[in-house]
Amino acid sequence: MPTKLSRREFIRLCAGSAAAISMSGFLAPFMAEAAEAGAPPVIWIQGASCTGCSISLLNTVHPSIQDVLLKVISLRYHPNVMAAAGDLAIQEAMYKVARENKGRFFLVVEGSVPTAADGMFCTVGEENGKPITFQKLVQDIGGQAKAILAFGTCSAYGGIPATPPNPTGCKPVADVVKNVPVVNVPGCPPHPDWMVGTIAHVILYGDYPELDEFGRPKMFFSGIVHDNCPRRQYFDNAIFAKNFSDPGCLLEIGCKGPIAHCDATTRPWNGGVNWCIKSGAPCIACTEPQFPGWPMYERLPEMPIAPGITTTIDQVGLVLGGAAVVGIGGHLIGNIATGRVGFKKDEKEGDN
Amino acid sequence: MAQKVIVDPVTRIEGHLKVEVEVEGGKVVDARTSGTLFRGFELILQGRDPRDAQQIVQRICGVCPTGHATAGTLALDDAFGIEPPPNGRIIRNLILGSNYIQSHILHFFHLAALDYVKGPDVPPFTPRYQADYRLPDDINKKAVDNYLEALNMRRKAQEMLAIWGGKMPHVQAIVPGGVTEHPDTQKIAEFKFRLQELIDFIDNVYVPTVKAVAEVYSDWFDIGRGCMNMLAYGGFPLEEGKDHVNKKKFFPSGCYIRGEYRPFDPDKVAEEVKYSWFKDDTGGKKPTEAVVTPDPAKKEAYSWLKAPRYNGNVMEVGPLARMWIMKQKDVVALGEKAFSVMGRHFARAIECSLLAHAMDEWVMQLELGKPVCVPHEIPSEAQGMGLTEAARGALGHWHKVEHQRTAVYNAVVPTTWNASPRDGLNQPGPMEQALIGAPVKDASNPVELVRIVRSFDPCFGCAIHLMTPDKKVIAQYSVD
Repeated sequence: MPTKLSRREFIRLCAGSAAAISMSGFLAPFMAEAAEAGAPPVIWIQGASCTGCSISLLNTVHPSIQDVLLKVISLRYHPNVMAAAGDLAIQEAMYKVARENKGRFFLVVEGSVPTAADGMFCTVGEENGKPITFQKLVQDIGGQAKAILAFGTCSAYGGIPATPPNPTGCKPVADVVKNVPVVNVPGCPPHPDWMVGTIAHVILYGDYPELDEFGRPKMFFSGIVHDNCPRRQYFDNAIFAKNFSDPGCLLEIGCKGPIAHCDATTRPWNGGVNWCIKSGAPCIACTEPQFPGWPMYERLPEMPIAPGITTTIDQVGLVLGGAAVVGIGGHLIGNIATGRVGFKKDEKEGDN
Repeated sequence: MAQKVIVDPVTRIEGHLKVEVEVEGGKVVDARTSGTLFRGFELILQGRDPRDAQQIVQRICGVCPTGHATAGTLALDDAFGIEPPPNGRIIRNLILGSNYIQSHILHFFHLAALDYVKGPDVPPFTPRYQADYRLPDDINKKAVDNYLEALNMRRKAQEMLAIWGGKMPHVQAIVPGGVTEHPDTQKIAEFKFRLQELIDFIDNVYVPTVKAVAEVYSDWFDIGRGCMNMLAYGGFPLEEGKDHVNKKKFFPSGCYIRGEYRPFDPDKVAEEVKYSWFKDDTGGKKPTEAVVTPDPAKKEAYSWLKAPRYNGNVMEVGPLARMWIMKQKDVVALGEKAFSVMGRHFARAIECSLLAHAMDEWVMQLELGKPVCVPHEIPSEAQGMGLTEAARGALGHWHKVEHQRTAVYNAVVPTTWNASPRDGLNQPGPMEQALIGAPVKDASNPVELVRIVRSFDPCFGCAIHLMTPDKKVIAQYSVD
């Protein structure tokens, strides 16, 4: 077994097209080795969440979830997995572990952080007869972590609970804890590879991977669904589905593939059996900061309907907000000008 | 003198739950259950494209999103006046059924079993309550091995689901009018291959493990009786037809009240709020009329869950209710002992097997090349009701559309029935009734309480549309 895996090789393993469904299979031995050498503990907490991210993690294929739980990471606190409950869980498995591993452990946060009403919309336990709010927990425990891994769109960007009217004042983790680096791994839920790959990076290198302007690891989130879409030929030929289950490009029935940073085109879901667009369903761009701020089954506003028949693409940026979207507008125009444009990798990360 | 015992958080469930009981002479004399997270889904849905509902409501719960997708789309079908073709109906059944299998296996092996099986002495299996772990060493070891194997099995059930649903959690392919995925031989083969493996696991590992645990912990057939009233809306339609209350379904609808079987009438479902933080004039209403006004200062209230009642009766929902209404012979043969902690685990395992075998037949009824979906138009005004059976029990969504936008959305979910607070007649909810009278040997290791709670497979992500701030007054909060 090679004892050293360079960061460059790691990124290639995670992001390369050969990765497909089993990218993290390569990583298991390295991660087990790191764990043996005393890899840092992981605490996983849930706030305004649906548990979907945890369920998705359980769907990991390589390494198996058994390996992840028992060999690769030392998971001290997880609300759905741990044996303990009540004070025993909060005091022994969380506060004590954080205290004893200050500045060394990694905190995974699933769910966004309700801040309205002093955080009382989500309480996660009690101390001295008083409820502990999730907001306080994220600040207390997060403040002592080496880094926070914000898993899922809710904890990364606010997600569903933060959708207007945002009844509970939900905020992304990075808005609540300022003094600790936060890695955003969005997705509703994230693909297990994105989570395991990010955990693997921080454990192997004690540091987080290179991030884009929205705090996402570039190794998973630099491509756009539309670029490698299996229905791309329909788009190029202006054949559009009008109803659900029709053949054709899904743009007219709401597909957000052109604005979605996600590698599902080469990394299908659930053991590789399927993914959103392959099953005939429009992409809802669940990895984007604005999710779900758009109608899911209505056409993206002001989009080119076919090559050559374009409209004011800048308005897309104005409507949806955010620099990335403007960038994507540019990307689409680029596509239209040159025909089919392939997926360009960050040059620093190698050329495959 | 009664001693107060609080378990907060209750782990190994979905969502945030606090249990508070009073113990006197080693027995629970009073019990209150509260959820502790509020996200406000109904408020988020208001004013959106009604079709978004079936995507948004899935995010209520990542363990059982397909239940919400099913109920949400049935309500849309109803509101739009459309009905899926047979392929669409069957694929929806296969998606929901796959979720049952993953959910039931996950619940028993990964959420509940550690109350009876002593896990390895490493985190996350430690720390744990000092409980009366009684399994003989060899059976305990086998159960731990099965815990690990069950992780693979539930993952395969998710794969089975994704073959039709696109991905899981949160399926993409269920849409108003049917589904977006078309059947072909490869998908059917991939599905059947996994299903066969799962049937083998369910019949030869899951059911026998439940039986082995039940034998050693047989006193748990007498603990956690609950209300002994059972309710099922019915699920998995086996024929076409727009009347989705009365059409033929794999799990029939029905009620069992004070020892008598009765037909189910959706008009008899109402939600009460006497002990919930809502203004009293918003209680006792049908789900379609439920516009709630929060009142966090309400004195006697102790929960943000409403109390759904059926014609005034406290009702338990879930696999036990379904098997009892279906008169499944092994479950009915338990008699009164079926209404218990072990009875619920047993019914869940039996149900899982029945459903898996049925799915093996359903998948062969798919007709290649036939449509999976019908087109729809959004009416400007409409109302829809979607009733189904989620893995955890009867699930209903009520959806009112005005000006082609969602005006009112209300989901009455299984855990709201099971973990409901007291109602206008001071009747405690099913889970509270199951806790009252239960033994608690050691107040600092209240394993009995979590065993009872977990037997219901509660899901608080689902139950809480409006949450508990632990009686703290939140004066600023309103739903305007």
